[in-house]
Amino acid sequence: MALIADFLVQGCQMLLVLLLAPLLTGWVRMIKARLLRRRGPSVLQPYRDLLKLLRKEVVLADSASWLFRVAPYLIFAALWVAAALVPTFASGLLFSWTADLIAIVALLGTARFFLALAGLDIGTSFGGIGSSREMMIASLAEPAMLMMVFTLSLLAGTTELSSIARFILTADVGLRVSLGLALLALVMVAIAENARIPVDNPATHLELTMVHEAMVLEYSGRHLALIELSASLKLLLYLSLLGCIFAPWGMATAGAGLTAYLIGMTIYVAKLAFGGVLLALFETSIAKMRVFRVDQFLGAALMLGLLGTLLLFVSRSR
Amino acid sequence: MLLLAVGAYVIAAARRPDGGRQVYGIALFVCIVLLGLALGHLLTGRAPATLTLPLGLPWLGAHFRLDALAAFFLIVVNLGGAVASLFALGYGQHERAPERVLPFFPAFLAGMNLVLLADNAFTFLFAWEFMSLSSWALVMAHHQEPANARAGYLYLVMACFGTLALLLAFGLLAGPDGGYDFAAIRAGTVSPGFAALVLALALLGAGSKAGLVPLHVWLPLAHPAAPSHVSALMSGVMTKVAVYGFIRIVFDLLGEPVLWWWGGLVLALGGITAVLGVLYALMQHDLKRLLAYHTVENIGIIFIGLGLALAFQANQMYASAALALTAALFHVFNHSLFKSLLFLGAGAVLTATGERDMERLGGLIHSMPWTALAFLIGSAAISALPPLNGFVSEWLTFQAILISPELPQWLLKFLVPAVGALLALSAALAAACFVKAFGITFLGRPRSPAVAQARETDRYSLVAMFVLASLCLLAGILPGLVVDGLAPVVGLLNGGARLIPQHHQPWLTLVPVVDVKSTYNGLLVLLFMALSGFAAAFLIHRLASAAVRRGPAWDCGFPDANPAFQYTAGSFAQPIRRVFGSVVFQARERVKMPPPGDLQPARLEVKLHDPIWERGYAPIAHAVVAISTRFNYLQYLTIRRYLSLVFGALVLLLLGMVLWR
Repeated sequence: MALIADFLVQGCQMLLVLLLAPLLTGWVRMIKARLLRRRGPSVLQPYRDLLKLLRKEVVLADSASWLFRVAPYLIFAALWVAAALVPTFASGLLFSWTADLIAIVALLGTARFFLALAGLDIGTSFGGIGSSREMMIASLAEPAMLMMVFTLSLLAGTTELSSIARFILTADVGLRVSLGLALLALVMVAIAENARIPVDNPATHLELTMVHEAMVLEYSGRHLALIELSASLKLLLYLSLLGCIFAPWGMATAGAGLTAYLIGMTIYVAKLAFGGVLLALFETSIAKMRVFRVDQFLGAALMLGLLGTLLLFVSRSR
Repeated sequence: MLLLAVGAYVIAAARRPDGGRQVYGIALFVCIVLLGLALGHLLTGRAPATLTLPLGLPWLGAHFRLDALAAFFLIVVNLGGAVASLFALGYGQHERAPERVLPFFPAFLAGMNLVLLADNAFTFLFAWEFMSLSSWALVMAHHQEPANARAGYLYLVMACFGTLALLLAFGLLAGPDGGYDFAAIRAGTVSPGFAALVLALALLGAGSKAGLVPLHVWLPLAHPAAPSHVSALMSGVMTKVAVYGFIRIVFDLLGEPVLWWWGGLVLALGGITAVLGVLYALMQHDLKRLLAYHTVENIGIIFIGLGLALAFQANQMYASAALALTAALFHVFNHSLFKSLLFLGAGAVLTATGERDMERLGGLIHSMPWTALAFLIGSAAISALPPLNGFVSEWLTFQAILISPELPQWLLKFLVPAVGALLALSAALAAACFVKAFGITFLGRPRSPAVAQARETDRYSLVAMFVLASLCLLAGILPGLVVDGLAPVVGLLNGGARLIPQHHQPWLTLVPVVDVKSTYNGLLVLLFMALSGFAAAFLIHRLASAAVRRGPAWDCGFPDANPAFQYTAGSFAQPIRRVFGSVVFQARERVKMPPPGDLQPARLEVKLHDPIWERGYAPIAHAVVAISTRFNYLQYLTIRRYLSLVFGALVLLLLGMVLWR
C-alpha cells in the first residue's frame, strides 16, 4: 500500500511539472508584457499554442532523416525525466535516488546533443549556425554547472538532490561565501541554457545572433509542440533547481501526508511565480549581448564555480 | 592456461598471405576463446596461473602469468580483437594490398596478448617491441602515400624512445643484481629517488604509447594511416595495453611506498591531456584523425583516475583509491568499446565513399542508416551521455574527485578541483566534438557526388558494430555488474581494498560509497526515458495528429539548393575555435576580399599553430639535424684518422673509469 502511495506521489510530481511548465512560460511572458506596458496574451496562451500545434500536420523538409523525427521525442523524454527528478514539492520521493545532480546535468546534455543534431539534419545554414553556437555555449555552461555541483556536494557531502535540500534546511549551514558563488554561477548558467536575454532572445526568429530558435527553425506541427514543451520544461527545471537548492523551505518530506504535500505544492507554485517575476524583471532591464561576449559571461560563471569549490577544498584541512 | 599460450602462437603462426577470410576467421575464433578464458579467470577469481617456456634468454626463459589485472586487460584486448576480426571479414575484401596487412594483423594481436601475459622484464619488452613493430608494419600498409610514410617514421622514432624508457625503468627496478623476474622485482625494494625515476620513465614509456600530452604527436598521424579495423585496434586496444604497462609498473611492481606528488604529477598530466586532446580533435576535419585525437582525451581521463588513485594510496586512503581505480579501469573498458565502434564506423564510411574528409561527406544517414545508428550510439556514449556507458565512468571519476578534499597536501587541494574543472570542460567539449563528427558526416545533404552514391556496408561489419553498440548500452545500464567484475583487479592493485559489491543493491543501482549516498541508476533512467518517450509518441499519434507532408526546407524563406551552403565542419567549429583556439592554438582568421570588379572569390584563411609541435618537437628536430650536419664530416675520414679516433676514445674511457673509481 505504501509503495503504491509512493508511486502515486512520484507520478503526481511528473504530471505536475508537465502541466505547470507551459503556465510558467506564459507567466513570464505576461509579466514581461506588463513591464513593457503591453497587455500581452493570456497566461494560458502557451497551452492553446501547444494544442493547436499538436493537431496540425507536420511539414518535413525533403532532406529530413529519421533522426529529425525521433529527436523531439528523445529531447522531450530526457527533459521530462530530468525535470521530474528534481525535488519540487517534496524531497526524498520514491525514485529520487535514480539520478543525482551530475546525472541530471548529463540528461540535459543528452537533450542538447540531440537538439543540436536535429539542427544539422536538414542541411541548412540557419540550423547549422544554431547548433554550432549552442554547443559553444554549452561547452562553457556545462562545466560551470558541474563546478556548482561540486561546491554543493562538498558542502552537503553528496550529489543527491534530496539530501542536499535536507542539508540546506538544517540550521548549521548559515551564510557561506561558496554558496553565494554557486548561486550566482547557477543563475548565470540558467540564463544561458534557457536561451534568455542577454545570451539569446526567446522572442525572436530573425536575428543573426539567435541560437535556440535557429536550431528548431525547421520543426512544425506536433514536433514543434514537443520542442516548445521541452523548452518550457527546461525553464521549470532550472527554477525548481534554484528553489530546491537555495530556498528549500516549505518542502515536504516523503510520506508526510496529503496536507503537507498540498502545502508544499502551494509553496512550490509561489516559488515558481516569484522566480518568473525575477526573470522577467532581469530580462527587461538588460540588453542582449554579442554572441562572442557570451564566452566571457559564461567563463565568469565557470570561474565563480571553481572559486567556490576551491574555497571548500582549502577550508577543509585535516 | 596452456591453451592460452598455444592460441597466441597459433595466431602468430597463421601468416599466410592468401585467404584473408581464413586469417580473420582464425583470429576471430582464437580471440573469442581467449576472451572466454580471461572472463572465466576474472569472474571465478582463481589464483594466478603461471607458465614457463624455454624461450628467450637462456638463463631466464619466457615466463607468463595470468592474474586478475592481466585477465581484465585480456578481455579488453580480445574483445576488441574479435570484433575487429569480424569487421575485417567484410571490410578486408576492399583492401588494396592484403599481403601488407594479413601477416601482421594476427602478429599484432599476438603481441598485445603476450605483453599482458609476460611475467619478466625481458618477455615484456620483447612482446612490447613485437607489438610496436607489427603495428608499425600495419601503419605502413599504404606506404605509397607520403603522409603515411611520415606517420610511420614518426611512430617508429617515438616507439623506440618509449621502449628505451621502459628498458631503463626495468633496469632500475631490477637493480644491480639483475632480478628481471616480476616476482623478484616485486619482492625487492627501490630507494625513493630511483622509484621516482622509474615513475618518470614509466610515464615516458607507457605514456608515449598511450598518447599522453606532450608525447602524443605520433598518435593522430599513425592511427588513421592504418586500415580502419587496425585503427580501431590501435586506438581502442593498443593504448589500453600501454595503460596496462603503466599500471603494472607503477601500481604492481613498484609497490609501496608511494609519494603523494606522483599522484599530483599524473593527475596534472591527465587533466592537460584531456582538454588538449579534445581541443585538437575539434579542430580536425579528417574523420579518422578526429577520432585519434579524441583517444588522447580519453587517455587523459583514464590517467586522471590513476593519478587520483596514486594520491589516495600515498595517504593510505585505500577506500577512496578503490573508487578512483574502478573509475579508471571502467573507462579503459568503455573507451575500448566506443572508440573501436567509432573507428569501425569511420571505416565503413571510408569504404562506402572513399572519403575521410568531413568537408566532402554528409547525408550518409539516408544511404547508410544502420552504420549511422551504430555511429550515433558510439558518439553519444563517448560524449558521456546517460544512459550509455561513457557517462558511468565519468560519473565515477567525478565522485572520486568529490571525496578528495580529505587529501592533506595543499598542492593537491588546489590541483584536484582544477583537474575536476578540466574534466568537466573536456566532457562538454567532447559532446560538441561528436555533434560535429556525427552531424557533419551523417546528417545534412551530401557534399560530394561520390557520397551521394554511397551504399550500406556489408553484414559482417554491421554485426561487428552492433555488438559493440549493444555492449555500450549494456555497460551503461548495468554498471554495477561491470564494477563487480573489476573488483578483483582493484583489490590486487590496492592492497585488498575494493568497492562494496554492487549486484546486491536494490534495482541494480550504482552505490560507490555508502556514506556519501550519491547514487545513479542507468537502468531506471533508460526505462523512464523510454516510457515517457513512447507514451508521448503514442498519445500524440493517437489523439492529436499523425499526418506528415514532405516539402522543401524552410530555412527562413531562403533555402539554397546547393549543398555547399550547408554548415561545414570548419564553420561548425568556428565559435569554439574563436573562444578556445585563439589562446591554445593562436588561431587567426583572415578574410581575403578581392577589390570591387575582380571576379575572384573571397577567401577566409584560418591559421592554426600546434604549440607542442612547434615549441617542443621542432626545436629538437632542428637540433638533431644541426648536430648531425656538423659531424657529418666524420663519415669521410681516412682509416688513419679513424684509428686515432678509436684510440682517443679508448684513452678517454679508461681515464674516466679511473677517475670514477
